[in-house]
Formats: sequence, structure tokens, C-alpha cells
Amino acid sequence: MYAQQVETGTKAIKSLAEMGPEERAFQEKIDAEIKIEPKNWMPDNYRKTLIRQISQHAHSEIVGMLPEGNWVTRAPTLKRKLQLMAKIQDEAGHGLYLYSAMETLGADRDEEIEKLHSGRAKYSSIFNYPTLNWADMGAVGWLVDGAAIVNQVPLQRTSYGPYSRAMIRVCKEESFHQRQGYEILLHMMRHGTQAQKDMVQDAINRLWWPSLMMFGPSDAESPNSAQSMAWKIKRHTNDELRQRFIDQTIPQLELLGCTVPDPDLKWNEERGHYDFGEIQWEEFYEVLKGNGPCNRERLETRRNAIQDGAWVREAAVAHANKKQKQQAAA
Amino acid sequence: MSEWTLFEIFIRSKHGLNHKHVGSVHAVDAEMAIENARDLYTRRNEGVSIWVVPSASITATASDEKEPLFDPSEDKVYRHASFYELPDEVGHM
Repeated sequence: MYAQQVETGTKAIKSLAEMGPEERAFQEKIDAEIKIEPKNWMPDNYRKTLIRQISQHAHSEIVGMLPEGNWVTRAPTLKRKLQLMAKIQDEAGHGLYLYSAMETLGADRDEEIEKLHSGRAKYSSIFNYPTLNWADMGAVGWLVDGAAIVNQVPLQRTSYGPYSRAMIRVCKEESFHQRQGYEILLHMMRHGTQAQKDMVQDAINRLWWPSLMMFGPSDAESPNSAQSMAWKIKRHTNDELRQRFIDQTIPQLELLGCTVPDPDLKWNEERGHYDFGEIQWEEFYEVLKGNGPCNRERLETRRNAIQDGAWVREAAVAHANKKQKQQAAA
Repeated sequence: MSEWTLFEIFIRSKHGLNHKHVGSVHAVDAEMAIENARDLYTRRNEGVSIWVVPSASITATASDEKEPLFDPSEDKVYRHASFYELPDEVGHM
């Protein structure tokens, strides 16, 4: 979901018999749940796909700070502001863990960030929606981070060691995010005015479908899933994870006393899951192409941040060089 | 970032354990690496001490050395306590 459509560069999955000795040994390790580490042999496409997936994931964490940044100066109390800043700092941290993991594959961080800024790399579609009222901070924490957790928990067992270890750290921190988000909403629903309660419902109405889109296209439209699953860099299909998210979220929704904007949502006793309505995939593909409500603004903010920070990075290097010279002279 | 050095970060957790590798950061020098590592890896009391080492300074075993290096210890089962069978009367030893 944070990486919604990752091209694997392979048309058909090879059987063990079709593989050369190196690739067969590699696939057998994966099948035996042995982690692949940076210096181990790996197929080129495995390396490239992982760079794409981990960089998309990292970009999502970094761009994901922006919708929340909108509310730092507008948080209703100092307590909420501190919580929000702690969460945003975590997102930055998650991005950095992931960029580090990506670099172990031989990718260059600056180059990958440049791909993001020039629009050649993707990030999660969800962060191209605006955050319009304070309840959005609650809904983002509860739904968006909730969907992220559903996606990331299985990725702790991903086949690439550094990615798996980064996911373990991330997952430890995410549950704070979801709980703080849900608590914001619960507080508004239990203690808020009617206008504040309406804000909660409004936030859910706007963010529900985009949250479900976070898991990516349906399995029938995911040509890369099979290879990613064979490599165990993806452990469940998009539809499985989406269903898991809906099933665990609806009881929480009911506790809030809210609804989702889906008339077809209904418990299906036979399946043991909730049925839900058709997702508007055209909207998803448009947002992914760059035509969502905030795509341009998000990338512009990122580009400005890099440009405006250039002098700080230059000064840091100059300062380090000066100190080194002084130490050498002393 | 090309001018910045990649540092590997090792953290000692509160419980008196060894420093353990947790990840890496970019920094202009070791001092900044420590500051960045503090912000990145110890936001929730994860550590009481940080080591930073330039990644380029680490010498590691190569993956193709795994067998010659580690296989010799595999057949030495007598190095493990469980190899020695003692009668129950001895109790816990």
C-alpha cells in the first residue's frame, strides 16, 4: 500500500528447474525463509524491484508528513500539538530507516529523491488528499496509519534482511500513531459539540475510500503480485489485506458511532467478512498519475524544502572541514 | 549527500547489553552522526550509549566465505552442554 504498484520486470515466474544454479540457490533460501542480506547474490530484478518498493515506501513516509504538517500550527491544544509533532518526527524517522535499507542495495539516496521530485517515482496515493479539518488528524492516524499497519506487519517477515529489520522498528512505533488518531476522534465524538461530531463524520466520509485504495489495485489488476510474492517481498495480496483492514476497522467505527460512505457495506455471515462496494479505480489511477487534489503542492513543498535547505547542508560541510583543519593544526 | 559520510550506528540498550547495530545515518562528521543517531534511533529511551563508525571502516566476511569460515564448527556437537547425558539424580547442572 505504501508501495502500491511496483513493477517487477518479469513476465512469468520461473520454476526452480528453469533457474541457473545461483538463482536456484537464492530461491531455495527464500522458500526456506532464510533472509537475503546485502552482500548475498540476488537476481537483478529482485534488486531493482526492491529498490523501487523500498524507495516508494520511504517517499510515502516523507510526503506523509505534509498533510499532518498542515495542522501543527492549528492544533487545538498544546498537548495535541506535541503529540502531532512526535508523530511527524516518527514519519521522518521511518523514511530514514527505509532509505538506509534501500542504500544497502546499492541505490543512491540523492538519486532516488531526485526521482521523487521530478515526478518519476511514486508514493502512496493517500497523501495527495487535503487535510481540511482537525478531525482529519484523527482520521489519518486511525485509518491511514491503520491501513499502513495492516500492510507493514507482514512485511516484517519480508525476505530482504535490512527491509525486514526496518519494518520491525516501524511497526513498533506505528501503534502509537493509530491510537492517538483514534483517541482524537473518540474524544470529539464523546465530548464534542454537534459541529465537532459532524467534523469527524466529514473526515471519515472523505478519507474512507482513499484509505481502501491504499492497498493498491484488486488482485486481478496486479500483474506484479505473483513475482513479488514468490520473492516474499510481498506476503499477502492487495485484496486480502484490504479485507483484513475493513474487518478490523468496522467495529471501531461502530464504537465511534459513525458510518462509512458505502451503502453496500454489510457483514456477510457466510464469508465471515464484511462485503463492501465497488472502489472507484479511475480516481486511484488519476491520483497516481499526478492528478489528485494535492499532488503538485506536495512535490513543490518537497522541492522547496530541499532547495531552501541547501545552504544548511553546505554550511555543515564547511564547518566540519574547518574543525578538521583546526584539529590537524593543533 | 555525496560529500556526507555514511556511518553505522550501534546502541547499548538500558539493560547493560552489548552495543548492537541498529542502522545507519549520513553525517558530515562523527559528532553530527551521534546527534542524528540520537534523533533517529533513541526517540523512546532505546539506549544509554551510542557508537558511530564510518561504514567504509568496517571489514566484513564475504558471503562466499560462509562455508570455509563457519562449517568447521558444525560437527563439534561436544561443544554443547546438551551433548553430555547425565543421570536424573544429578539434578540441574
